[in-house]
Amino acid sequence: MTTSPSVAPAASAGGKVPLSPPLRQSLPALLGWAVLLAVLAASWEGAEIRPWALISDAGNMATFARDFFPPNFTDWRYYLQEMLITLQIAVWGTALSVVLAVPFGLLCAENIAPVWVRQPVRRLMDAFRAINEMVFAMLFVVAVGLGPFAGVMALFIHTTGILAKLFSEAVEAIDPRPVEGIRATGANALEEIAYGVIPQVLPLWISYTLYRFESNVRSATVVGMVGAGGIGVVLWEIIRGFYFAETCAVMLIIIATVTLIDIASARLRKLFI
Amino acid sequence: MPTPKAPAKPAIRVKQLQRSFGARKALDHVNVEVQPGEMVALIGASGSGKSTLLRHLVGLAGDKAPGSVEMLGRSVQADGRVSSDIRRVRADVGFVFQQFNLVGRLPVMTNVLAGTLSRVPLWRSLTGRFTVEERQAALDALARVGLHEMAWQRASTLSGGQQQRAAIARTLVQRAKVILADEPIASLDPESSRRVMEILARINAEDRTTVVVSLHQVDFAVRYCPRTVALRDGSVVYDGPSAGLTPQLLRHLYGATADELHGAADGFDVRDVALRAGRAQGLSGAAAVA
Repeated sequence: MTTSPSVAPAASAGGKVPLSPPLRQSLPALLGWAVLLAVLAASWEGAEIRPWALISDAGNMATFARDFFPPNFTDWRYYLQEMLITLQIAVWGTALSVVLAVPFGLLCAENIAPVWVRQPVRRLMDAFRAINEMVFAMLFVVAVGLGPFAGVMALFIHTTGILAKLFSEAVEAIDPRPVEGIRATGANALEEIAYGVIPQVLPLWISYTLYRFESNVRSATVVGMVGAGGIGVVLWEIIRGFYFAETCAVMLIIIATVTLIDIASARLRKLFI
Repeated sequence: MPTPKAPAKPAIRVKQLQRSFGARKALDHVNVEVQPGEMVALIGASGSGKSTLLRHLVGLAGDKAPGSVEMLGRSVQADGRVSSDIRRVRADVGFVFQQFNLVGRLPVMTNVLAGTLSRVPLWRSLTGRFTVEERQAALDALARVGLHEMAWQRASTLSGGQQQRAAIARTLVQRAKVILADEPIASLDPESSRRVMEILARINAEDRTTVVVSLHQVDFAVRYCPRTVALRDGSVVYDGPSAGLTPQLLRHLYGATADELHGAADGFDVRDVALRAGRAQGLSGAAAVA
């Protein structure tokens, strides 16, 4: 080999290196895009996508929108009262779910529970999560009657499923060494969890709980629409009565509340991460 | 706490212990006995089985290991089955880990109080209700390792050496009759290493606590431990006074690396080889200088 010293070693090492990645590497990405586009196209008919309706019916929509303004805040005291009930539903739904999610979350975790416990508990949590709050709310309205308690129960069950999963994922990500340190003192399994596991996951658990509380405030407004109490009930009634100015007022109150809760909870969560 | 010694009850008795990971033999028919009050160094190259042996002594290495282990007269494992009351054995044995294994987010105090967990009733341990005596004992233990002023700091805010001393304080609160230290100074700077070894030696001397400490640095073994057990490829190749470690043996222990490092130099002493061997293991050669 008598190449001049200025030639880069990579180029002189025989065989040319192509400037784009080999087909073998780029093929999966191309296939992925093709599948995504195919799925979107296939769903077009089923979902009855008609973008032009937005244009042809623009006049109707403008009239409809005009009915919303100005918002009618005459009954604002009543709205706020019901909004408060919605918040209280969210508070209790979340609090109860945390109580159950802690043991269930631990029992779902790979590094805590044996497979014969973990799998059944996980499937149960899947079921809790798979069914929407609205569906639970309708069931509980039948079971415990119309009113906020049905809403609390609906949020409670659904959120338990979600928090248990999030909690168990946090537990699976812990550092096993401190736990081993506790085990080496002769501590039992519960003490290992209390001293080795919980301190490690607590910040994440708090953060997840606050996040779910945020979501539950939103969900609590919706479960009200099937009769499970709070502002949702009001919203449902005035929409059905075509009181659009009042609807607008209620929606603004909901937006303001949810925004405030989101901001406050995000601030709080930052403290724990 | 000096206990009346029954002469025939060793602190540690390992018989024909075997352990393999896949095809590799981590422990190969290991027989070791340690009497109460001894301070023993466990040396050997990386992967020679030091950690595996120590972890087997308290049932932290799992099943599937033929042979038997007894601690303080109680069975830890027999025929590969870890004893069902292993927790009672662990309660009397303090384990010190290379990475300290403290709970970083808890205060040092709570980490040390964890040493009482095996004695405290469950309702108190789960609610964190430790008595005044227990807290005082924890503080005394921290004072003995020179950390009482940091009692309420989070463990994660301590330096490595301080964390290791806190881990030793935990074994004191445990009232451990045996302390097993698995490379306690391998992640520490020379000065911290010296302090940790001195604390272990003092506990051994003052409390007659049996101490077994695995080390990478042979000179620390020579300086602090009267007896050394040396492992190579899972077999005990030396068990006797630390002063009896010969350059030939160290070369055998650490393989060609120590030999290469030694090179053509003549007139070397044990300390010298130890230092080089420590370096050859990729560990802080500086620690051996301390």
